[in-house]
Amino acid sequence: MTGVLAVVRKDLLSELRGKEGINASVSFALVILLIFSFAFEPTDTDVRKLSGGLLWIAFAFAGALLLNRSFAREIPNDCLDALVSSPIRGWELFLGKALASFLLLLGVELLCLPVYGIFYNVRWAKVFWPLMLVLVLGTWGLTVLGVSFSALTVNLRLRELMLPLLLYPALSPALMSAMILTTALLGGEAIFGATAGINTAWLRMLTGFDIIFTALSVALIEYVLVL
Amino acid sequence: MLSATGVWKYHGQFPALLNVSIEAQPGSCLALLGRNGAGKTTLLRILAGLSSASEGQVRVFGEEPRSPRARRRIGYLGHGIGIYDELTARENLIHFGRLYRVGDPAATADRWLERVGLGRVPDARAREFSRGMRQRLAIARAFLHEPEMLLMDEPFTSLDDRAIALLQSVIREAVAQNRCVVLSTHQLREALELASDVALLDRGKLMFAGPRTAAMVADPGSVYAAFE
Amino acid sequence: MTTRQKTIYCLAGLAGVILVVNLYRILLVLPDELRQGAIYRILYFHVPAAFTAWSLFLTSLVASVGYLATKRLRWDGIAAAAVEVGFVFCTVNLVTGMIWARNQWGIWWTWDARLTSMFVCWLLYASYLVLRTAVDDAGQRATISAVLAIFSFADVPIVYGSIYWWRTQHPQPVLTTGKLAAEMWPPLLMNFGAFLLIAVALMLVRLDQEETSLEIQGLRRLAHAL
Repeated sequence: MTGVLAVVRKDLLSELRGKEGINASVSFALVILLIFSFAFEPTDTDVRKLSGGLLWIAFAFAGALLLNRSFAREIPNDCLDALVSSPIRGWELFLGKALASFLLLLGVELLCLPVYGIFYNVRWAKVFWPLMLVLVLGTWGLTVLGVSFSALTVNLRLRELMLPLLLYPALSPALMSAMILTTALLGGEAIFGATAGINTAWLRMLTGFDIIFTALSVALIEYVLVL
Repeated sequence: MLSATGVWKYHGQFPALLNVSIEAQPGSCLALLGRNGAGKTTLLRILAGLSSASEGQVRVFGEEPRSPRARRRIGYLGHGIGIYDELTARENLIHFGRLYRVGDPAATADRWLERVGLGRVPDARAREFSRGMRQRLAIARAFLHEPEMLLMDEPFTSLDDRAIALLQSVIREAVAQNRCVVLSTHQLREALELASDVALLDRGKLMFAGPRTAAMVADPGSVYAAFE
Repeated sequence: MTTRQKTIYCLAGLAGVILVVNLYRILLVLPDELRQGAIYRILYFHVPAAFTAWSLFLTSLVASVGYLATKRLRWDGIAAAAVEVGFVFCTVNLVTGMIWARNQWGIWWTWDARLTSMFVCWLLYASYLVLRTAVDDAGQRATISAVLAIFSFADVPIVYGSIYWWRTQHPQPVLTTGKLAAEMWPPLLMNFGAFLLIAVALMLVRLDQEETSLEIQGLRRLAHAL
């Protein structure tokens, strides 16, 4: 665990110091929310049915900017070599990187949420805690795949182009679950308990996705690091 | 302490290393010589656990190079300096101190900053440093966990005088403390002065391995001439 | 001619014969379907194409695990060839499905569960093929693609599950499924067999090319090193 914490600290410190990634990510998320308002009338009640989808499209696109940096940050000065030759295990490195990206991404999302609520007249505060659960699960899924693919593509010429290409198709089940659950919450439905209906299944799907891909990433990361 | 037996490495079907076997003992300094593309970097990366051999066996302290226990006793200095530009000198060293599970990372970092002559600027970011200062910081990073084995890839290339002097002194000290140093270089003179043993690679093949002789130091060019 | 080339010609020839016999039966012997008319015959290509694609994607998973376990480039060649050929059959499945949909539903595409999930599969493996072109070093390419193939295959059942739940909540065009008539089974299975033979032949061709290109790359580097 020492290794995990060391990587989390280092990644958060260097990202918070420069803030390039966070700034780019937040601005991009806001731009996406703006562009959506061109596509349809944002205050229309029908838009409520799309609300979860909109939010997650913004998070997923803005997230790729941050996730790309997860391993790309190690490129200058060959820091990745220094890191991989240190006694940290592959899974510790992966979990450290994933936790750091997860916290950053969650921060970006929490910054965007109030703005979104104002612009699209969505009341999210009254379902804050269940919404947090969906945000945490959805963001973890996004992070796990994003950081794994960031590790896969770190040495490639077309790094920035490859990540989104790999990420979104693979992420589709998690993204779909998160969208449906968020829309349900914002529409006043329950996502767990007796009245939740099919939403419970979506919650389980999202959790299962997270568990499966966390396990796969942890198991396979060593192969990617030592070529 | 370090042994590589019959190591092959393929890039696709291109053999970068062909049946290379080397050994290094405590208290020795092995200079890996060879032209660019001879396979020095490939071999060092395999020893450092950054790359895996296609065939053959590598043992460091009797273990696989990828085992964390072996890596904890190895210091690696590659082509890049392995320093984070956004972090301060001290933060960089503390980070690596934590990764190597050094007892007191902060105290160790401060001690090494003094040692490499950066004691007055511990809280400046590495980005603001001159080239020479960055190189000295990199030396501190590779040495701060007192590794019993040092793997260095072209460590003298493009160092300034002060960094060269520092590197020579820490290497001599390491050898005197019965630790083991393996360095690759094509700068013969500096390397031969430090080395106790010499290995020569040419196009992935080991051409020669043996103790360094006084004749080599007197005429560094003779090493290449004799085996090519 | 090498043994492999002979095998390729034999497999392709056998597949050709089966397909011709099948075409005769499908087009001239079997009657039109009651509701759909002649277009239903596309099913004999549509369904086996999907089965073949999945079989090949499964092959790529096995070969990728094989590569990671042994680091032998031959496994990587098999995985790559399987995905490439599987991707072609996946495309055949999508295109034949679209032609059928245009005829029956009047639209080329609908976001129905099966279409969508096949499309996501198609995208997953398309990104695998794009990734392969972006890596120069053969060993690195093999490792990266093997890991991605494992991720992709793990995703396939989840994609199917999620899209099935998603779409079954909404009204959708009803597929005229029903039970297959007994006389429809033999040509369907035989077409599947023929497709598999073609797939193996194509994979062998690709494997040949892959090995040759590796050899050329190796020789070029050797030439540069001299």
